Amino acid sequence: MSISDDEVRKIAKLARLRLSDDEVARYGGQLTKILDAMAELGALETGNVPPTASVLGVSDVMRRDEPRAFEGRERLLDNAPDRDGPYFKVRKIIA
Amino acid sequence: MKQYELIVGLEVHCQLATRSKLFCACATDGFGEAPNSRICPVCTAQPGVLPVLNAQAVELAYRAALALECRLNARSIFARKNYFYPDLPKAYQISQYDQPFSEHGKLLIRPKGAAPKTVRLTRIHMEEDAGKLLHEMGALKIDGSLVDLNRAGIPLIEIVSEPDIRTSEEAYAYLTSLKEVIQFVGASRCDMEKGEMRCDANVSVRPLGQEKLGTRAEIKNLNSFKNVKDAIDHEFRRQVELVESGGRVVQETRLWNAEKQATVSMRSKEDAHDYRYFPDPDLVPLTAAPERVAALKASMPELPSAMRARFTSELGLSEYDAEVLTGDRALAAFFERAVLEAPKAAKTVANLLATELLARLNAEGKGADAAPFPPAHLGRLAGLVADGTLSSKGAKDVFARMWETGKDPRTLVSDLGLSQVSDDKQVLEWVTQALAANAKAAADLRGGKDAAIGAIVGAVMKLSKGKANPALVNKLIKEAVKA
Repeated sequence: MSISDDEVRKIAKLARLRLSDDEVARYGGQLTKILDAMAELGALETGNVPPTASVLGVSDVMRRDEPRAFEGRERLLDNAPDRDGPYFKVRKIIA
Repeated sequence: MKQYELIVGLEVHCQLATRSKLFCACATDGFGEAPNSRICPVCTAQPGVLPVLNAQAVELAYRAALALECRLNARSIFARKNYFYPDLPKAYQISQYDQPFSEHGKLLIRPKGAAPKTVRLTRIHMEEDAGKLLHEMGALKIDGSLVDLNRAGIPLIEIVSEPDIRTSEEAYAYLTSLKEVIQFVGASRCDMEKGEMRCDANVSVRPLGQEKLGTRAEIKNLNSFKNVKDAIDHEFRRQVELVESGGRVVQETRLWNAEKQATVSMRSKEDAHDYRYFPDPDLVPLTAAPERVAALKASMPELPSAMRARFTSELGLSEYDAEVLTGDRALAAFFERAVLEAPKAAKTVANLLATELLARLNAEGKGADAAPFPPAHLGRLAGLVADGTLSSKGAKDVFARMWETGKDPRTLVSDLGLSQVSDDKQVLEWVTQALAANAKAAADLRGGKDAAIGAIVGAVMKLSKGKANPALVNKLIKEAVKA
C-alpha cells in the first residue's frame, strides 16, 4: 500500500511539521514500508477477535477523590519555555 | 416562501462535583483563585507521568447517566483526542470515543406554551477539561498569550442529545430539565458562571415534510440558556435566508456573539479537525458490573418529575408549588420533613415555605439547609394554622420570630401573647358555644364518631382566636358530650 505525497503532507500538518519536498518523498517511502509490514497481519483471520484497547487484563484502576496540593508549582512554571508571573506564556494565538 | 423546520441537537458539558481532578490529585476549587495554583506534573503533562482515574468522578458520572435513563455500558475505554492548542498541555485530551460509559437515554422536557415531550440522548461520556487562555489583561496588551491550567484536568461529562429539538423554547426547556436532574442527583453543581455547565448547539433546517436532515452548523460560545435560545433563533433565520436565496449551508463551527446577536463563522470544514482518536494506553478499561448498576439504581433519589407528580396527586399541591419545591433537592427534603409534622396541612406547609422561608433564604442567597430552624418547626407552624390556633397573620408573625430566634413555634405562640387560655370556665363557655353551633359534629361525636372532635376543636380555636389550650379543649369537649 502506497501513501501519496498529499497524505504525507496532511499528516505532517496535523503533527505541525514543516517538510521539504525531499522529506515528503522520503517519509512517504518510510510510511509505506510501515503500512506494508502492518498489512502482513491482514493475512490472519481476525473476524472473531474484538479490537484490543488494552493488553493488561486489568480494569477499574482508580484512586480516591482526595485533593492533595503539589508543592513544586514554581518548578513547573520554570520548566516551560516561557512564563509571565504565575502564568505559562505562549506565542500570541489570537490577534 | 417554503416552510422550514428547525432541527437542533445539543451537546452539554457539566463539571462533575468532585474535590480533585479527573486524573490527578489537584483540587477543583480553583475558580477565582491564583492562576496555576492547582497544577501538578500530571495536569501540566510533564514527561513520564501517568493519569489515575478518580473513583468519585465515575460514581457521579454513573449517577447522572442513570438519572437520565441511560444504559451504563459494561465496559468503556478512554481515548486520546489529538489536537494542538496551548490550553491543552498534552496535545491530546483524554476523552471517550467509540466506547463511552453510557448511551441511549432520554429526558422529559416541558417547553413553555407547548406539550411536554421526550428528547432522546445519544450518549454521555467522561472527559477532562482544558486550561484557560488569557489574551489581554484588562486594557493591558500582552505580547503573547497566557495560560492558566487550574481547569486542565477538571472532570466533565458531555451529554449529547439526538436531533430531537424543534424550537428554541424546547432547547431552553431541555437545558432547564437537564440541569435540574443533574443537580438533583448531585452529579454537578451546573454553575454556568463558573463554567460548570456549557452548551454547544448543532443547528440545521429542512423544508417542512422533508425526511433528510440539512447540513448542520455547530454553534459554540453559548454561556447562558438565553444565549442558546437567541443563537438558535438567529441561526434558524440565517440558514433559511441562505437557502431561500439559492445558497447552501456549509458544515462549519460558528461562534455566538451576544453583543451583536449574531453567529460568525469560526472554521469551515476544510480545516475541520482530524482528531485521530485512539485508546489511551495509559488507562485501563472501566467497567460497570450488573451488581454495581443495581446498587446504584437502588440508591438513586426520587427525581424531580416523579416528585412533582406525587406532590400534586398525593399532597394536593398546585403545579406551581410542586415546581417551586422540587427546584432544589434540599428544599424538597425540607418540605417533606416539615410535612411529616403536619401531614394534613401540606398545602399550608408549601405556602409558608414558598412565601416566608424561600423569600428570606433567596434574599440572603442561601439554600434550604441554611434555614435557622429545623423542618419540623415549619410543620408545627403549619399545624397551628391548620387547627385554627393561629390566623395566617399570626403565622406570619410567628414565622418572623422563628427566623430570628430559631425557636419552636409553640414556644413563640405563648411568647407573643398568643398564649393559650387554660381557664376552665372560659374554655367551657367556648366549648358549649362550639357544640351548639356545630350540631352535626356534636351529634356524630355523641354517637361515637371520635374523629368528629376535630371540627369542634377547630370551632373552639376560632372562637378563642387560637388561644384556648388544646388539651383542655379536648378534655372539656369529651366531658360535655358524655354528660
